[in-house]
Amino acid sequence: MSEPILRVRDLRVEYETPSGPAQAVEDVSFDLAPGEFLAVVGESGCGKSTLLFAIAQLLTYPARLAGGAVLFEGVDFTSLRPEELRARRWRDISVVMQSAMNALNPTLTIGAQLADACRAHTEWPDERIKERSAEVLAMVAIDAVHLKSYPFQLSGGMRQRALIAMALLLEPKLVLMDEPTSALDVVAQRSLMKQVATLRQSLGFAVIFVTHDMSVVAHHSDRLAVMYAGEIVELGPTGEVFHRPEHPYAKGLMEAFPSLRGELQPLLGIAGNPPSLVNPPAGCLFAARCSFANDQCRTVHPELVDYGDRAVRCHLVAESRA
Amino acid sequence: MSDAILRVTDLSRLFRVGGFRARGQLHAIDDVSFEVAPAEIVALVGESGSGKSTIARVLAGLYLPTKGTIVFEGTALGRRDSRAIRGAMPMVFQDPFGSINPVLRVGHGLLRALKLHRPDVARAQRFDEAVALAEKVGLTPGAEVLARYPHELSGGQRQRLGFAQALASRPSLILADEPVSMLDVSIRIGLLNVMKDLRDHENVSILYITHDLASARYVADRMLVLYAGRLVEEGCTNEVIANPQHPYTRLLMSSAPDPRLAPNDFEGDDLGEPPKVINPGPGCRFAPRCPLAMDQCLVSTPAMVALSPTHGAACYAVVP
Repeated sequence: MSEPILRVRDLRVEYETPSGPAQAVEDVSFDLAPGEFLAVVGESGCGKSTLLFAIAQLLTYPARLAGGAVLFEGVDFTSLRPEELRARRWRDISVVMQSAMNALNPTLTIGAQLADACRAHTEWPDERIKERSAEVLAMVAIDAVHLKSYPFQLSGGMRQRALIAMALLLEPKLVLMDEPTSALDVVAQRSLMKQVATLRQSLGFAVIFVTHDMSVVAHHSDRLAVMYAGEIVELGPTGEVFHRPEHPYAKGLMEAFPSLRGELQPLLGIAGNPPSLVNPPAGCLFAARCSFANDQCRTVHPELVDYGDRAVRCHLVAESRA
Repeated sequence: MSDAILRVTDLSRLFRVGGFRARGQLHAIDDVSFEVAPAEIVALVGESGSGKSTIARVLAGLYLPTKGTIVFEGTALGRRDSRAIRGAMPMVFQDPFGSINPVLRVGHGLLRALKLHRPDVARAQRFDEAVALAEKVGLTPGAEVLARYPHELSGGQRQRLGFAQALASRPSLILADEPVSMLDVSIRIGLLNVMKDLRDHENVSILYITHDLASARYVADRMLVLYAGRLVEEGCTNEVIANPQHPYTRLLMSSAPDPRLAPNDFEGDDLGEPPKVINPGPGCRFAPRCPLAMDQCLVSTPAMVALSPTHGAACYAVVP
């Protein structure tokens, strides 16, 4: 693997709440290679979007960075001043937000919003801006006539693609995507994922893709990180984690959604709820919902152990692997 | 099926759109006919804008139909006999955070439903009945859950409460409008299992509205596929899933991500644009996107053709 473009080290994010700080992201570390597609999955409240915002340094009160480093090509984003960050945003890292409905300004045309981003980050003349805007729209299969369209005149899928086009304006090396498909229908969803895959191949940017629906990323991501209660519990090559999950939570997740094909099996899902992040339990955070939990799990917090082919945070896996 | 509890015939609902001089008519649903048998889960599947929620809202009496008849338990539904209808055919909504009053205890909604719709339950027994209802949908211990406030419940628990409230009036049919789409994947299956339980043990029928084919396959006995306001395919879930006939159903099937399989490439590059149903012309509404479209498809609307006693598709390209 070539030199990683992004290194996240022991990242911790807290939310201030009336009952004390809640640990939304706890000691998350990973590397991302150039052009790699990393999917982050987990249920709502597991900290996956917070992690993304922390990487982009977009956290706002009541969230705050409590520790750790985000090294992009060796530069620690957490220590940059706002104006230094602004120079790097969009050029190095861009973000595709969850809901295109809310992320686009309803009172401006798509063209005006693309131009806005260009003016904020480049010195391009108007013709160059127009040319580039049409170019990125073409990449996501939107006709240049829509430069003059307002967001309400586009369908949901087109709006989401317009957002992706916007993120690609300055050819960033890393695109962060926060559930870009969750508001879309399956057909539009599949076509969007296909498009992201093709664009990534031709432009070579890396992607961190956050979603709660892991079936969306099954075929398109290189690696998969499963998050639970603010921690990464399993991280490995996507196919491996899908077909042979080791962490009990990951196993539960993979068996929680029905299939369209094959034998119809009764499924159980995962009973119970995630733990409180304000007063997290002493042992493994998943112990209360885990059917394999023993005394060690309830008292000693497991570490994320890298076994080479994948990393898992579980005492039981550590025992069976030993 | 002569013993259907719900029979919908040629139901249409049009909305006027645009300014006040505009002549735009949005055909949300057009000539939809279907039946629901006792203790049967029927899935109504379609993408957003296909009219599936409009059907639920017309059935619940929230919209009046433009055309068509609804016969429920042998009587045609009139313009407004709403309380009786709501009791007999309650609805579970999509958003478990917006559909429960946050300032009242969980028990309130249940007790109120019992008070309004179950005169046979004496005041003194209402609480016990409410506890029993909560426990039927897996909210245990019932008495303790009823004393909580909604914010103390998770999304999955709230949606279970939605089903308990619907169950309070001992309905024969529950309209469930995307009841699991806002829940996390790990919670969804629990709720789908609740729906199956209600069907098997309480003899309730459920009209399950969803865009998720896989979950429809998991719970439903029959499914109806809706495209741009029209039914394009209907039948036993197994038959439709194993042998989808309408090109739209096939597109949906091939688009549904399934990590257990290798990625499949659907013929053509469909961007998944929903159709325009404002003042639609004649012809099949799927024709502009259809790989099999013929001249005939552009001029007249195909009728539902029976492929087997329990499977039908509305498509000229389908030969029975």
